[in-house]
Amino acid sequence: MEEVTVNKYIPKDFKSDQEVRWCPGCGDHAILSSVQKAMTELGIPKEKFAFISGIGCSSRFPYYMDTYGFHGIHGRASAIASGVKVANPELSVWQMTGDGDALAIGGNHFIHVIRRNIDINIILFNNEIYGLTKGQYSPTSAKGLVTKTSPYGTVEEPFSVGELVIGAKGKFFARTIDTNIALSTQIYIEAAKHKGTSVIEALQNCVIFNDGIHDTIADKEVRDDRTVILKHGQPMIFGKGNDKGLILDGLKLKVVKLGEKGVSENDLLIHDSHEENPGIHYMLANMKYPDYPVALGVIRAVPWQTYEQLVKEQIEAVQKNSKIKNVNDLLMSGSTWKVE
Amino acid sequence: MGKKSQVIEREEVVIRFSGDSGDGMQLTGTLFSDTAALFGNDLTTFPDYPAEIRAPQGTVGGVSGFQVHLGHSEINTPGDFSDVLVAMNPAAIKANAKWIKKGGTIIYDIDNFTEKNIIKAGYEKDPVQEEKLSGYNIIAAPISSMVKETLKDMSLEPKSILRTKNMFALGMVYWLFDRELKYTEDYFDKKFHKSPDVAEANKIALRAGYYYAETIEALSPVYKILPAMIAKGTYRNINGNTATAWGFLAAAEKAGLKIFIGSYPITPATGILEELAARKDLGVKSFQAEDEIAGICTSLGASFAGNLAITSTSGPGLALKSEAIGLAVMTELPIVIVDVQRGGPSTGLPTKTEQADLMQALYGRNGESPVVVIASSTPSDCFHFAFEAARIALEHMTPVLLLTDSYLANGTEPWKVPDMKDLPKINPRYADKNETPFLPYKRDEEKLARSWAIPGTPGLEHRIGGLEKTDKGTVSYVPENHEKMVKVRDEKIARVANEIPDLVPQGPVSGDILVVGWGGSYGYLVTAVRELQTEGHKVSLAAFNYINPLPRNVKDVFRRFKKILVCELNLGQFADYLRMKHQEFTYDQVNKVQGIPFTINDIKDKCIKMLEDM
Repeated sequence: MEEVTVNKYIPKDFKSDQEVRWCPGCGDHAILSSVQKAMTELGIPKEKFAFISGIGCSSRFPYYMDTYGFHGIHGRASAIASGVKVANPELSVWQMTGDGDALAIGGNHFIHVIRRNIDINIILFNNEIYGLTKGQYSPTSAKGLVTKTSPYGTVEEPFSVGELVIGAKGKFFARTIDTNIALSTQIYIEAAKHKGTSVIEALQNCVIFNDGIHDTIADKEVRDDRTVILKHGQPMIFGKGNDKGLILDGLKLKVVKLGEKGVSENDLLIHDSHEENPGIHYMLANMKYPDYPVALGVIRAVPWQTYEQLVKEQIEAVQKNSKIKNVNDLLMSGSTWKVE
Repeated sequence: MGKKSQVIEREEVVIRFSGDSGDGMQLTGTLFSDTAALFGNDLTTFPDYPAEIRAPQGTVGGVSGFQVHLGHSEINTPGDFSDVLVAMNPAAIKANAKWIKKGGTIIYDIDNFTEKNIIKAGYEKDPVQEEKLSGYNIIAAPISSMVKETLKDMSLEPKSILRTKNMFALGMVYWLFDRELKYTEDYFDKKFHKSPDVAEANKIALRAGYYYAETIEALSPVYKILPAMIAKGTYRNINGNTATAWGFLAAAEKAGLKIFIGSYPITPATGILEELAARKDLGVKSFQAEDEIAGICTSLGASFAGNLAITSTSGPGLALKSEAIGLAVMTELPIVIVDVQRGGPSTGLPTKTEQADLMQALYGRNGESPVVVIASSTPSDCFHFAFEAARIALEHMTPVLLLTDSYLANGTEPWKVPDMKDLPKINPRYADKNETPFLPYKRDEEKLARSWAIPGTPGLEHRIGGLEKTDKGTVSYVPENHEKMVKVRDEKIARVANEIPDLVPQGPVSGDILVVGWGGSYGYLVTAVRELQTEGHKVSLAAFNYINPLPRNVKDVFRRFKKILVCELNLGQFADYLRMKHQEFTYDQVNKVQGIPFTINDIKDKCIKMLEDM
């Protein structure tokens, strides 16, 4: 997409007149800032944005954006957003959702929007807990997590968002951390430019009900060593002083130390987010600390046909060949007879 | 062609084609109706088939039927009892014996009356004897063996040859009704233009049946039904689902909008989605959603984005859509939800008809959640009411629930095709581009409708959603504000009554009994009432299409009758609704919940008893 530079926006242009009601210290504030910042750099006129959400803390998002917005019902944002985008492909459609909204009650719509590859950008705020209902476990809560509805620990296996996206034939998956505004902004811009469903998992901190859940990897002191920021065409390198990297060892990824056993930067895997085969993307998306660094950045971004484009082409092709140009033509088509 | 032995002129006649689900009875019935319509008869049809695509062969549960009622005068129902039954197997006799007129004609395929099939159908030895049908005009034709013999020289598989036996039977019926074979022959040429062998085989079987009937001369009397006296114009046969889909297309054209339909396949509503999916030439965006909820939610998204939004379903699907209909009420977006009613609750009777979703349509949501509810009364007027539903939705910014039913959806009747120039223009309530800042819940004084600001329009950026809002669109939990908004949403729907037509009784405006009905049972009620009127009784009919809001003059119509008799295919939902809305009257009831329509006598018997007791 060619960038139009006529619209010079500042983040404030995207702030609505509504008071932001998230808890002080909630990760959502940082995500809002990152999104508003990304909006200014897209060159898209403000009236072309539509923010769609379901239910949950994250789903209050549209109220705080001075764009078109639709706060829907629990779990259904993917379906509502699909309708908006297919009805009007000119719009830049954003779905704001959470781990409960998208993966529990909305799981069906979530996998199907991805399968259809409708060009919407889904930011999934993952805090591994239900916040708005005050602290019950979610489909991404770690097994064993003690919550109000799992007082003895959950016995459920959690979903991994990236695994689910790839399993649903997803073509774009990225991961970021709420507080890393620079990285988040960059990812949101890339997601917007990608044609097709883009899913961004934003690791978000719920300061009240699951505080510090991502600290193990997100804390400033440790994050360089415990996360790897993937960039297309760049070696998979991480660590304080870029001293570590990833290689493929047999059928598995392996963390190596640069300089040890003769390993150099040239031995590292080069990230190819455009690769259609999801094998490596799947392994990258599933990396967990402490065995691996958690992958951030755009993990998968495969160019693919979008649903709405195919619909448009099909309509044009049928219209070209059909004798029925209006409703009168239809009414008189097929078997009719005249009574004189 | 041949000379008829005995010709009887009849005003009307009912024919029922009946056989295994795989016997092609629906096609046979359709071809017969089309031929009758082209001849100029008025008619109504009723396909009646099992929920299973191929239920166990030869069993009563697997019987598929297609009934046609044709006449020289106006026909409003597919008829209660058949003059002619075509039965392809013993199970078809079992399923239909009590629905054949005394002394009627029964044509059956004797080759299929094997001991095994007879027992499978629940008889011991002889269905004709066991059903006491010996006084009937029984034609036991060796249909299977005759098509085998006739087509033995064709290089077709034995299976394909046997498949033409329905055409042999149809040929016999054409002789019986003195009809031309041309329409049916042309149909085969068109349908099987890629396999001329199959087309030829069907045509040969059809002619063989016709000549067989002529030869045996047992098929007497031969019925003659003159063309109906109907208004000049161009006609076509149409079923309720197609008429519904076309009504939406007409509304979209008159509103200058594109259609978006988000739906999930469900019997008996699927035909609407299928018809609209085929209309890419008119720019329809059809979205087969992953479930019922996604069906309405995608549509609601499309409505937000500025399309004419439709979702179609049946009872169980309507239940799933409830929460999203509430969202449409709260966001005040235009959308039409079609519920093609079937027997319920739960999965119920998927292919059978019922009118038991009325309360669900009116009240099946959380909170005070009013929507406009309208109902079609005949297969062809589904066109008009689909158009009306879309018009009201767009001009009043509200969800509208359109109720049809399985009987209307699948039933066909000849329809005088309208000209688009005669339909009214629809004026969606677009927001004024200069009205900034745009206040989403600001209303016009007359209709109380809010304006529709389409995303993409500069300066009208706004947020809507399921949370309660103030006029300005700010989320609000203020008690007084909530009550005010609940009342204004209610009043908005109530004011739709200002522009819907008055209720006009059919027959005298006063009398002994006012028969009251709604939606799809119209044909039966009007036929019963007309017969009662002809017999000299003071009975009129009030048929409702607008359910919420009701027409303004209901009280004025009702008060001129001694008794009010509400007839519906449920346990009395509309009667209860009227008791709530018009408490000053007493309501008698006729109710039926058997998955089948009323018979004329269901209504007449009750009326006559009431008249006797007066």
